[in-house]
Amino acid sequence: MTDITKLVEQTRSIAHQLGINKFDISGSSIDETSVQVDEGEPKQVKASNRSAIMVRVWNADKTVGVATTTDLDPSGIELALKTAHEASEFGVKDNAPDFSPESTAPISHHLEETAPQAPVDQLIETLIKAEKELTAAHPAIKGVPYNGLAQRDIDRFYLNSEGAARQEAHSYASIYLYSKTEEDGKKPRSAGAFRVSPSVTRLDVEGCLKEAAEKTISHLNYEKVKTGKYRVVFSPDAFLSLLGAFSNLFNAQSILDNQSLSTADSLGSQLASPLLSVYDDALHPDNVGGETFDGEGTPTRRIPLITEGVLSNFLHSAGTAKRMGAQPTGHAGIGSKVSVSPHFFHVMPGTSTEQTYSLDTAENVIFVDDLQALHAGVQSLQGSFSLPFDGWLVNRGKRISIESATVAGDFREVLKSIIFVEPNAEFTGSGVCPRIWIDSLSITGE
Amino acid sequence: MTLSMPSSTLLLSKELPTLRYTSTRDRFDDTWGAPLSTLLGLGRAAGADFIEFFLERDNYISCLAEDDAITSISPRLSTGAGVRVFRKQADCYVSTNDLSFSGLKAALEKALAIMGLHLPGPNAFVPEINLEPLRDYATLRGKEHWLADCSSMREMGDVLLVANTKLNTKAKHVQSRRASYFRDWQEVLVAASDGTFARDIRLTQSVGYSLLCADGAHRSSISKRLGSTGQPQFLRNWDYDASAEEVAESAGVMLYADYVESGSYPIIMANQFGGVIFHEACGHLLETTQIERKTTPFADKKETKIAHESLTAWDEGLSTDAFGTIDMDDEGMPAQRTLLIENGILKNFLADRAGAARTGHPRTGSGRRQSYAFAAASRMRNTYIAPGDYAIDELFASIDKGIYCKKMGGGSVGATGQFNFAVDEAYLIENGKITKPLKGATLIGEAKEIMNRISMCSNDLGLAAGFCGSVSGSIYVTVGQPHIKVDAITVGGR
Repeated sequence: MTDITKLVEQTRSIAHQLGINKFDISGSSIDETSVQVDEGEPKQVKASNRSAIMVRVWNADKTVGVATTTDLDPSGIELALKTAHEASEFGVKDNAPDFSPESTAPISHHLEETAPQAPVDQLIETLIKAEKELTAAHPAIKGVPYNGLAQRDIDRFYLNSEGAARQEAHSYASIYLYSKTEEDGKKPRSAGAFRVSPSVTRLDVEGCLKEAAEKTISHLNYEKVKTGKYRVVFSPDAFLSLLGAFSNLFNAQSILDNQSLSTADSLGSQLASPLLSVYDDALHPDNVGGETFDGEGTPTRRIPLITEGVLSNFLHSAGTAKRMGAQPTGHAGIGSKVSVSPHFFHVMPGTSTEQTYSLDTAENVIFVDDLQALHAGVQSLQGSFSLPFDGWLVNRGKRISIESATVAGDFREVLKSIIFVEPNAEFTGSGVCPRIWIDSLSITGE
Repeated sequence: MTLSMPSSTLLLSKELPTLRYTSTRDRFDDTWGAPLSTLLGLGRAAGADFIEFFLERDNYISCLAEDDAITSISPRLSTGAGVRVFRKQADCYVSTNDLSFSGLKAALEKALAIMGLHLPGPNAFVPEINLEPLRDYATLRGKEHWLADCSSMREMGDVLLVANTKLNTKAKHVQSRRASYFRDWQEVLVAASDGTFARDIRLTQSVGYSLLCADGAHRSSISKRLGSTGQPQFLRNWDYDASAEEVAESAGVMLYADYVESGSYPIIMANQFGGVIFHEACGHLLETTQIERKTTPFADKKETKIAHESLTAWDEGLSTDAFGTIDMDDEGMPAQRTLLIENGILKNFLADRAGAARTGHPRTGSGRRQSYAFAAASRMRNTYIAPGDYAIDELFASIDKGIYCKKMGGGSVGATGQFNFAVDEAYLIENGKITKPLKGATLIGEAKEIMNRISMCSNDLGLAAGFCGSVSGSIYVTVGQPHIKVDAITVGGR
């Protein structure tokens, strides 16, 4: 782990020489190994051991400058401090950032200890075996062109010139398998799956393999879907993708910047169907690699965002909380301009309902399994989206893969058109969420 | 002829701890040749077939103006190295922030161990790797002063504030306005066991606007970016007045646009950033990375017709100041102009070193990476469809009902050749004329099919800066084309 005691002493000494009295540092060190395979042979193995810090410096006028560096020896830190000090001349004067009032508050939650890294041979062997089994799952599966198994140790820290010193370390491992089919007279099809866990030994390789195989095979027989309005069911992964893409709804910094679909007055308004509740919870037990403090050293916590359809909280940094008369929520990332972002969504049913739905009985329903190209098809400031997806047309439990189609709508209308939130949630990499049923959305097929 | 064996001059492995190299700390000059040569020899002695070191020093800064204030100036200073070791067809890549001899040796040792190789015993000779004299594009092309000649922090702020004020004077219903700029100065050094020893300095800059307008429930958001390489004066010369005019006009038009009605349409795609269709639908599929993964339908199509005969396309790293221009790639190979498709016939793929070794296609100076944290891969540079013979009016006149895609958003291509991209600014074409603005359009299709539907190319080739994310990270590229007509494409909407 990074010796932050030494780092803070070193930085304090150099800062003193430069006439800098107030500073803070947020940084991390990452040790990572990843493998890819191709037809039973290792294709590429990558390993890295990298560190980086961001220093913030306050000048005599109380404006702030920042600099990021990967060079952590004294000369590198000195250059970073000098550069940040130079930048501080141009720092904002109104609402200039300050230390979080909670940067020294006690943290009761503790992360799991880091897991020992598995040998590279074990990673390769595991992935080759998974590739082989996935390829053997069906004669049409001709390869697993996208695959990877990675393990990562992260050591992150925050310290400041007023005595804050936080540090934590965690590990995680992940695997993805994305297979492709080829059959005479048919278009190639593909599908995949992803798993993440705190260590390689706990990684659900078998589950990933089975899901990738099942999905790929389910797309072998495909049809075009007729363009029109359909009842749509979002998979947990698809709904969380949309929620993340429109998270400016909850982002206090975005609101202050007029870059949000919400305004400061939106709290308490009916944002979604009462059937929906959403939390952001960095400390959720399923959140692999969850962080106990944010980039400003503020402890993270569980925050209700939507409570039975009502917008109940925003996500804050220390600065946005001060400006909006709220408490910091532990969602800050330091920078020249402090950013705010969610950690881990927990979506669940809101009010109870007697009206339930099931894919086993519903007719002519589109099940959107995976949304693609969100970077291109989401207009996050307009609220609209038009996205290609992988999915099925479902009739009384019978699934027919959809060849090529897009789903389009307005996210705020989507939230209000929720007719059912299934009771059973699934864990994905970015959150925990059940399937979400939407009354009607536009599907473009043929 | 007699051969002599100068054993007294050969390095023994056990002598490594006694070596004292004094490489220049703040510059990748020829003093780096000796330690890198030793390390490469060490890798060869361990049994690696090929070893490459990539060293990088990066000085990046970004600046953001929001409304009437500078809200962010973010400098980033990074140094690092990556070592890539090949053993037969397999390879391993290890990266580190530690550029000391011991740090680089540790990275090499880790890479060798991953490949099942180990440093030689104490009495083993370390082969001499005879690196070429430093091929220094930074010096040869007069780039040493570039960083010093760029805009200062103060100038960045001053220019962006004035520019952002322009936006306010030209646009109506402004909810928020942003002007942003970044400068990315990068010094790289490549040394490889085949003798490659090359240095370059790259200077990439981009500036642009992002405008959000709102009137009641109506909203529009329009962005525009310009980019260049190798022009320290870039920000000073930015014609923000013209950019503001263009962005404000687009945002005003799109504010009250209707949603596009989904369906299959003939479309006309504008020049410049319209080239993203070729980048996504075809360019990626001509990278040897895709052949290796077996994810391109064009793998065995060289010298066969894969596109409409009206289509010729290039990828090159040579256009003056273009966003994807490089003197050498990240494997030390000089960039070249690569003919991809000529009158519909596939002529070449884009190959990096590993791709060339694994697929047999020759290297094209296309080995690129975001930073030392990534191994190089075959990537595009400046990629565009060549101009054709038609006037723009002829393209419009050929359409009774269709869509004019004036401003494209981003896009992507999947493992099966399916592509998609968003249209930020679209118009309905009726009887050869533009009639009304449309929003919310997404274009989707199959690469193999769409390439045969590009039936008309006008004579107004234009290039635009872009960012491309793929296996070796996010890199700077140019996309481009003249106005083109696609006979039919699926347009997703409402």
